[in-house]
Amino acid sequence: MTATAATNTELRLNSASIRPGRVLTWTLLFIGGVLMITPLLFMFSTSLKTAGQVYDLRLIPAAPTFDNYLKVLSDGRFMRWFFNSTLVAVCVTLSNVFFDSLVGYTLAKFQFRGRYLIFIAILSTLMIPTEMLVIPWYLMSAQLGWIDSYWGIMFPGMMTAFGTFLMKQFFETVPDDFLEAARVDGLNEFTIWWKIAMPMVAPAISALAIFTFLGNWTAFFWPLIVTNSRELYTLPVGLSSFAVEQSIQWEMIMTGAALATIPTLLVFLVLQRYIVRGVMLAGLKG
Amino acid sequence: MTSAVSASGTVEPSGTWNRLSIGQKRLIWVWTFLALPVVFYVVIRFYPTVQAFWLSFTDWDLLRPAQFIGIENYTKLYNDPLFWQVFRNTFAYLIIGTPISLVISFAVAYYLDRVRFMHGFIRALYFLPFLTTAAAMAWVWRWFYQPPPIGIINGFLGVTGLPAQPFLRSTEQALPAIMVTAIWAGLGFQIIIFMAGLRAIPQTYYEAARIDGLGEWAILRKITLPLLKPTTVFLVVFSSIGFLRIFDQVYNMTSNDPGGPLNTTKPLVLMIYQTAFSSFNMGYAAAQTVVLFTILLIVSLLQLWVLRTR
Repeated sequence: MTATAATNTELRLNSASIRPGRVLTWTLLFIGGVLMITPLLFMFSTSLKTAGQVYDLRLIPAAPTFDNYLKVLSDGRFMRWFFNSTLVAVCVTLSNVFFDSLVGYTLAKFQFRGRYLIFIAILSTLMIPTEMLVIPWYLMSAQLGWIDSYWGIMFPGMMTAFGTFLMKQFFETVPDDFLEAARVDGLNEFTIWWKIAMPMVAPAISALAIFTFLGNWTAFFWPLIVTNSRELYTLPVGLSSFAVEQSIQWEMIMTGAALATIPTLLVFLVLQRYIVRGVMLAGLKG
Repeated sequence: MTSAVSASGTVEPSGTWNRLSIGQKRLIWVWTFLALPVVFYVVIRFYPTVQAFWLSFTDWDLLRPAQFIGIENYTKLYNDPLFWQVFRNTFAYLIIGTPISLVISFAVAYYLDRVRFMHGFIRALYFLPFLTTAAAMAWVWRWFYQPPPIGIINGFLGVTGLPAQPFLRSTEQALPAIMVTAIWAGLGFQIIIFMAGLRAIPQTYYEAARIDGLGEWAILRKITLPLLKPTTVFLVVFSSIGFLRIFDQVYNMTSNDPGGPLNTTKPLVLMIYQTAFSSFNMGYAAAQTVVLFTILLIVSLLQLWVLRTR
């Protein structure tokens, strides 16, 4: 009797799921989603228009042209900023994957005096806003000649407390037996970490890598402070200065903005599943 | 004993290493692993924190040696009308931005969670703005807000016959206009986190509630929202901190008069940036960073308190 009642309820729920209400929900969500990417659509659309067509409200340009892209790319600055952003983001990401994992692993898998103290000390740095540190960092950079250098842009982010915390949480799920077996086989501790433990937390590493890369690729505040010369600007800082110069030529600014956006969109298309999962992992662990 | 000595004489490093106990070896590994990170955290995080506090009690323009002046920077800040304007702006971003962005992202996540048809595609539409560069998107929105005939929004207002709006040129509309950009940029992240939270609620709870005859509204109020509390608290704090630290959008959308018009959009971080790197008033800027730190600390402690009384 009860079983039949349950099945009936399920049937009713299933038939309910194809009600017109569902179609309305879907339609509203779709319209909202299109509204969300409207700024991106207009950005791309305008980047394909000539200066005279900018005021045209039509989304699809009457005569699309890549002239703006050729103009922006031909003066070479964008290429340089693009290179700077890539170099900085890649180096900082590699450093974070290496050090955050190493520290997270050590804190998760070794018993030693001071372990808790170090963990709390690292975690406590999450409370300190970057804005508070930039003045001392700037002084340090000035004294050591790091202003206007790649190292100057990179050094504050080489390790993060968030990454260390994330990795520690994941290394705690790795069974000790695997590590002990490797020790019996005579592997040294570094090899055990790198060859045995690291592959076991690959999803967490990809989440950390994606987050660090995106964060550094779009970073604005510190690169703005620590760079003075155009050659060392990262893409966001370069674009900002470029837009100030071009403040009347909106089609050029939109082209620059599009050039800064295209790489992340491509990365998203390729790594969509990992990025969404990475955001979920990081959000839930944070 | 003599063999050990001769052994250490021939292959010294491994000889000494082999004489250590397993525990000692592990301890050496631990501190080898931690040596560089410990130096990093001390030099790049802890020392600068202490230095920022110390600098906030000094008068320093980078050229002359720093001079200790006690709490003068703080009294100056207290008596600075610009600081109170900036303080109000910063809290306007927080108090209006956080609830609006949370309500919208929850509503989208709640309904998106039930959508099967082209779920991934629709989710991507909402998520894409989160992946863009704030500095680049600020310029796109700045163009949207331009007066007619340049700006897109005024263009459409013109088509529908509505009066043109000044947006970024108005002391009243500029801050909300920038806030829309910031909300738009963060929405995708919040939606994904809310959806992860919704996914984590066991389906059996819903089934039981439906069998008990609870309506959708009652299920939302009695099951979904209470079970989603940790996610919501996390997002409230995450989003609050984001709005309290707003900079990229404001800087780029008002770069001809940063924080304008008439300082009505200037947030605390922009004031810090200008005091430190345009006026080179390092001590005064440091005092402003201490105020920001205190505000963020209070927000974080509130989170801990809310989670504890669960």
